[in-house]
Amino acid sequence: MAELQELTAHHLMDLLARREVSYTDLAKASLDTIERVDSQVRAFVTVTPERALSVAAALDAAKAHPSPLAGIPIAIKDNMCTRGIPTTCSSKILRNWVPPYNATVVERLLQQQVVISGKTNLDEFAMGSSTENSGFFTTHNPWDLTRVPGGSSGGSAAAVAAGEVAAALGSDTGGSIRQPASFCGVVGLKPTYGRVSRYGLVAFASSLDQIGPITRDVTDAAIVLQAIAGHDPRDSTSVPLPVPDYTKSLVANVKGLRIGKPREYFGEGIDAPVRQMVERAIDLMVSLGAQCEEISMPHTQYALPVYYLIAPSECSSNLARYDGVKYGLRTAQDVDMIAMMEKSRDEGFGPEVKRRIMLGTYALSAGYYDAYYLKAQKVRTLIKRDFDRAWEQFDVLLTPTSPTVAFEIGARVADPLRMYAADLCTIPVNLAGLPAISVPCGFVDGLPVGLQVIGKPFAEETVLQVAYTYEQHTEWHKRRPNLEGSTAAAGGGAK
Amino acid sequence: MTEDEVAHVAYLARLELTPEERKLFTVQLDSILAHFRHLQELDTTSVPPTSHAISMQNVLRDDEVTQSLPVEDVLANAPERDDSFFVVPRIVES
Repeated sequence: MAELQELTAHHLMDLLARREVSYTDLAKASLDTIERVDSQVRAFVTVTPERALSVAAALDAAKAHPSPLAGIPIAIKDNMCTRGIPTTCSSKILRNWVPPYNATVVERLLQQQVVISGKTNLDEFAMGSSTENSGFFTTHNPWDLTRVPGGSSGGSAAAVAAGEVAAALGSDTGGSIRQPASFCGVVGLKPTYGRVSRYGLVAFASSLDQIGPITRDVTDAAIVLQAIAGHDPRDSTSVPLPVPDYTKSLVANVKGLRIGKPREYFGEGIDAPVRQMVERAIDLMVSLGAQCEEISMPHTQYALPVYYLIAPSECSSNLARYDGVKYGLRTAQDVDMIAMMEKSRDEGFGPEVKRRIMLGTYALSAGYYDAYYLKAQKVRTLIKRDFDRAWEQFDVLLTPTSPTVAFEIGARVADPLRMYAADLCTIPVNLAGLPAISVPCGFVDGLPVGLQVIGKPFAEETVLQVAYTYEQHTEWHKRRPNLEGSTAAAGGGAK
Repeated sequence: MTEDEVAHVAYLARLELTPEERKLFTVQLDSILAHFRHLQELDTTSVPPTSHAISMQNVLRDDEVTQSLPVEDVLANAPERDDSFFVVPRIVES
């Protein structure tokens, strides 16, 4: 039998229900793996062994399997509030902040008695595509420790890929669940805007942020989504629609499915080997009975500038709350109020966060609002209309998740525009508020490639069914990185 | 973008930038904004702006009294406090 840390959550759920392993053994397997590999992967900002073991011990003592995810070791991205456990957003400004309440998603997982193993690293305040913008340290890709895990949920994706936890939560504003899932060879699902409550998710760009699962396969993504989805009176943007039974979507059938292949996601800027892997995946779907046609989505090229005006504008407003008054870092003593705020924020925020606050403040400021922010909102409408037109013809759109495989640590930090291009294929989905999943669809030079399945608003069921069908006919999701011989990997040997 | 503009925006954003940061951001923000200029080539005069992709309006709830967080829990994170108050630098002349 494979080691516990290599199994999917649903496999572990079976073992627990049949009492073939104890909850404590499973919690220990997660904590031991963290102990063994995290000095190299560095996925975790905080590990919570005492809490994890006490939840597991209580489950063992109760001799019952109370809920589907009970006892499953899960990691939470460190921008979701956990009562009594530091929630840092990987920022020096929140280094010592301990939330007095739980995010709704955390509350829902705790109701199922999951074992939270710890909180994972991210690009500071979820702004970045590599975790290199973390205020603390960079997470390493378990497939090649010299490369980034993607971002901003790089810690969550790396933790799942490295076997440290069975599943994790990430947040996705412009690709922050899907792109790291793609880089780390795991599954990442961004639900429709409004499907999952963001109460207790530290806000970055409120019209784009969404929480979702990062898992080892599509079945696990459906199970975790089931646990966290649904209306929450504490988040007025969460939608009061009933939550379907997502496990019913786990059916391997795409006969008659209409697939759109948007030309703009297969052209300039997309690495040829990545494109070939995704085209092969589409061919497989067609061989299974789906139909595929090309479509043009002409405003795709404007998505990047639209995103990098809207997201920084919203961030500049959201991050105004870090003023050194109520919580977070306060550095300066014996200065006036404004100087205290300016100094605290300068010391507490890292370069990318400052850059985005500056960009957003500029785009919203008098004289520039119409030219930048309002213009971006109008072009956002055009991008959304491209999708609306596609939905008249197609059930799903298939694209690469990321234009490249994981890049080398350090390769893009000095060039913000090049770093921003890592989210080329994922950003339009957030602008249109759609559900999308990334599933492993091959390897290039030993590094995972992701296939993105984009669906209509609230069509998570279709997205899951398409991804599940693909997964049932391929073996990519069964590969695991070899970390145990990892001194070789550290020297680039994983290639 | 000029260095003076960057200094003004930094003040609006309450960021005390070092001279080096100010120089760097002037160059970087200028090149980012230049790259974004091709948005202007689109005619959007008759296009309404999108603020949220999934639009919801007038989300209301009943005005019921519910339990708030305990004051002690909230103040536990205060950089400086006095009794049940946040302490801030003086903002009114004595």
